[in-house]
Amino acid sequence: MESSLSLDKIAFRFEDAPVLQGVSLELSPGSLLGLVGPNGSGKTTLLRLAAGLLKPTRGRVILDGEPMERMSRSEIARRLALLPQNPNLPPSFTAWEVVMMGRTPFLGFLSREGAADRAIVGRAMEMARCRHLAERRMEELSGGERQRVIMARALAQQPEVLLLDEPTTHMDLQHQIAVVELVAELVRGGLAALGVFHDLNLAACYCTRLAVLSQGRLVAVGTPEEVLTPELLSEVFQVELCLTSHPEGGMPAVLPPGPRGNGQARLSPREVADLPGIGPHPDPLPGGEGVVESPLPEGDGRGVCEMDGNPERGRLRCSVN
Amino acid sequence: MVEVAAAKVGVTGKRRVYSVGRYGVALAALLMASAAGVMVGKARLDPGTVLAILLSRLPFTDFTPWWPASFEAILLEVRLPRIVMGGLAGAGLSVAGATYQGLFRNPLADPYLVGVAAGAGLGAALAMAMPLPPGLYSLGVVQLAAFLSALLTVGLVYSLARVGRSTPVTTLLLAGVAVGSLASAATSFVMYSQGDKIPVIYAWMLGGFNITGWQQVTLAAPPVVAAALVLSLLGGVANVLQLDEDQARSLGVNVELVKVVLIVCATLATAAAVARVGLIGFVGLVVPHAVRLLWGPDYRSVIPLSALLGAAFLVTADAAARLLPGPQEVPVGVVTAFCGAPFFLFLLRRQKRSVF
Repeated sequence: MESSLSLDKIAFRFEDAPVLQGVSLELSPGSLLGLVGPNGSGKTTLLRLAAGLLKPTRGRVILDGEPMERMSRSEIARRLALLPQNPNLPPSFTAWEVVMMGRTPFLGFLSREGAADRAIVGRAMEMARCRHLAERRMEELSGGERQRVIMARALAQQPEVLLLDEPTTHMDLQHQIAVVELVAELVRGGLAALGVFHDLNLAACYCTRLAVLSQGRLVAVGTPEEVLTPELLSEVFQVELCLTSHPEGGMPAVLPPGPRGNGQARLSPREVADLPGIGPHPDPLPGGEGVVESPLPEGDGRGVCEMDGNPERGRLRCSVN
Repeated sequence: MVEVAAAKVGVTGKRRVYSVGRYGVALAALLMASAAGVMVGKARLDPGTVLAILLSRLPFTDFTPWWPASFEAILLEVRLPRIVMGGLAGAGLSVAGATYQGLFRNPLADPYLVGVAAGAGLGAALAMAMPLPPGLYSLGVVQLAAFLSALLTVGLVYSLARVGRSTPVTTLLLAGVAVGSLASAATSFVMYSQGDKIPVIYAWMLGGFNITGWQQVTLAAPPVVAAALVLSLLGGVANVLQLDEDQARSLGVNVELVKVVLIVCATLATAAAVARVGLIGFVGLVVPHAVRLLWGPDYRSVIPLSALLGAAFLVTADAAARLLPGPQEVPVGVVTAFCGAPFFLFLLRRQKRSVF
């Protein structure tokens, strides 16, 4: 099938620092591609490149068979919608007005909306479960409600390609699932979607394919089962995780290492002792004298004290008989 | 493509942006302000006389003048141009203020933000300080210098603020402040090196309509009217800019182009007004907020309504300035601040929600 959006050997540098190198991705209608990877791996940059908000240093982005750099902003916006991560929303505008902005690329010069636009906006808000918020001002909405309004605005663009930057941030679990299920349903209807996901389990449950970014390079692309392997996870995320499978769907599920931990992200006792406020007093005691209060271990009160380390910052070790 | 098919639309959150009522109210305010402005002054003209003088100027009417000839001159050559100039300046400043508030997403933005005022001041001061032949002054060389210098200053600010292919609004704002201070310093230097010209230059800066005649009106009208029309048409785009630049781009707006058009129009309107009437403060800041408080934040109506109410406000302020007792006419900028600030505070307190 012809792909809706393809990234062709994309490289991007920010002030001479390479952010992305040689990334190629194909996104076809009816697929939800999940982009995962640790912080700073270039996920959001890749999404912004795919949305045409950044121009790649090398390579090109092709939307509907046409190179994006040759398309106008409104041509892009009629086919591709972006769900940003932390959008600024004018506090005194109503949810309805914000969703109506999704019709901008379709309106004429005078930006007067017609009955058809209003119908589309109403339907988009119903789909994103925020129809009841229509008259509310943005400043009155919670983070999750705002996110649903932005989702409705993206739907009002009637896009062929939907880009999502962590669509479930700030959301309650039921709304997270509702949003991802809505996207999955639209994808079954022929939408091509590319989403950055922080939650590997959500990504594994709903994405048709996953792409893993690490240090600006694509290290794996494939079905969740192919991609989420213990080796890859420990290599990319630098931590041992517990990989199991979903009791119903059988797709991979990633859990934290459990109460015993894996000993990786721990500080040694030595490091803890050197933390400010916890370790030995940073200033040497004046004149080599000082009082240290400490509960004495059980014993008859007699014992030995000995000094180790240098005289200024040493430890006084006392043992009690 | 997402099938977002038509569904029956019930109650909606849309405001009636195009409703005629609010424009009727604003127009009525402008008409009343103009009527007051025509009648008030040292020579008091009553409404009947004003109407008769105006009608007598139309073809196919036949009035035997019962009024002194001086009334006709006062009305047609002094009061009317002054009112039209006041209306143009008020409209231009308010439209520019609304535009900059939208462009910078900052409720404190005013028309003088990106260097118009400082530029116009420097141009006017230079023109007044230079030993030019007196004939040039009566031709309006000061106004021309102020206008051109304001445009040049904003152009300089814009080109300094450019980073690669875009012009971030924060950089624009900072460059505006820096270049503005530079131009103000230069103005002060001009004033102090030409000590005898200080009163003239200072009087110009305080603003006023004393020198207004039809010639100045015909020079100021085209840029102000054209800019106000274009900006009114760009209200929908200004709405989308309230999100942020990335969102505006992904909704299909060519943000850099829009920025240039908005800045050019707002600068033309401000410079044309300031060059003729000096640096009148508070109008461009307060009028758009009053419009938002009354009729909501949608820029499709904020911009045209700001033009109408701004014109009404400045015409009223000018009439009030003429009414105030004193050896000299009070500068209109003093009046705009005196009545604008409390009105603004009243609106602000009445509605506690954010209006911007």
